Amino acid sequence: MGIVTPGFRGRARSDDERLPPGQYLVEDFPVLSAGPTPRVRTENWRFTVTTEAGRVHEWSWADLMALPAETPTVDIHCVTRWSKLDTSWRGVSLDTLLADVDTAADYAMVSTHGGYTTNLPLEDLLDGQAWIAYEFDGEELPSEHGGPARLLVPHLYFWKSAKWVKGLRLMLDDEPGFWEAAGYHDYGDPWREQRYQGD
Amino acid sequence: MVHGKLAWRVGRLAEVRDETPTARTLVLDVPGWPGHLAGQHVDIRLTAEDGYSTTRTYSLASPSDGERVAITVQRVPGGEVSPFLTEVFAVGDPVELRGPVGGWFVWRPAAPDPVLLVAGGAGIVPLMAMIRARRQAGSRAPFKLLYSVRTPEDVYYADELRRPEPGLDVTFCYTRKGPDGWPGEPHRIGVADVNTAGWPAEFGPQCFVCGPTGFVEAVANILVALGHDARRVKTERFGPSGS
Repeated sequence: MGIVTPGFRGRARSDDERLPPGQYLVEDFPVLSAGPTPRVRTENWRFTVTTEAGRVHEWSWADLMALPAETPTVDIHCVTRWSKLDTSWRGVSLDTLLADVDTAADYAMVSTHGGYTTNLPLEDLLDGQAWIAYEFDGEELPSEHGGPARLLVPHLYFWKSAKWVKGLRLMLDDEPGFWEAAGYHDYGDPWREQRYQGD
Repeated sequence: MVHGKLAWRVGRLAEVRDETPTARTLVLDVPGWPGHLAGQHVDIRLTAEDGYSTTRTYSLASPSDGERVAITVQRVPGGEVSPFLTEVFAVGDPVELRGPVGGWFVWRPAAPDPVLLVAGGAGIVPLMAMIRARRQAGSRAPFKLLYSVRTPEDVYYADELRRPEPGLDVTFCYTRKGPDGWPGEPHRIGVADVNTAGWPAEFGPQCFVCGPTGFVEAVANILVALGHDARRVKTERFGPSGS
């Protein structure tokens, strides 16, 4: 237990088991980003996966729409301490996109329109844990929330769910992305409260 | 970049300054504080007697100054933390802090480029740290600040910002009520305000925009539309849930 600050009582204690430590619930959907919102037109949209051998797999918007969609309902947790429960999305599972990609990589660097990157282990993108999401709450994903399409990896802090996703670079060795180089945790598990480097 | 673990440290409230009727600057002494850059944050953890604790992140309001750390807290009615920090937390009381946090929305005193700061409401706090860091370092980087507030009574750091300072231009934009003699009608910041109060895009300024989400979205879009390189526009948004 930390040092008691005299006079501080706090709000009613939450015992919601779906809320990771240090998080609080919101009903709205706050925005966190580091620069202007890129406007990406679907006719120019491409998603690429580049393997460690340099092989490039590419999907257009039409290609993405032609793939089987899933409609995950998930809880999301932002490192800035808000959590939102039961958010509903539509998108294509990374299992589908990576099915024919031949790789021995253990890590992926996610790149975005806007230039920001984030890294994560490849296994966290597989087995029904991650999607390229293009609808939120039954509507097209708004650009301030990463539209036309964002990565959705809800079991990690939400900065890993890169907005305006553009591609994945598969890597044999881990390296930090933009947010991680700026001091955020390499992995970002909300249940272990891995907010910053060293947590 | 190499980062050690961010340790929790115990700080004590050393001094308070009321900026507006609802915003208070808290100056804390934090033994062991490692120093920080203007624009960075600090996590503040409050613990109640029964062990319950909660943490909030605040922008630092001043540049690095030994073991002194300053934040400015806007009281949000019904908030769990801000009413305590602005009304109850007293000089001498302890609190836990860790930081600094964030390495992107920062101004480095060695940077010679012109700087445009655009603040919406409480978004002035990290930008004020940059203005103070410029002064502290004796930097000659030319600064312009465009500060949108509801009324003159809502201006943080009012005396300091109204004092003339070479190389710093300050423009206020009022959204609800201007001071007597202020030309024009109260309005939200638009293209003309940013164009007039800012730098031409050809000067390649670093732009820092901080405020509520809608404000930041609007200003960042304006800057890009005026030809500024999106990578030179750094933004920070105060969500509606930051109380």
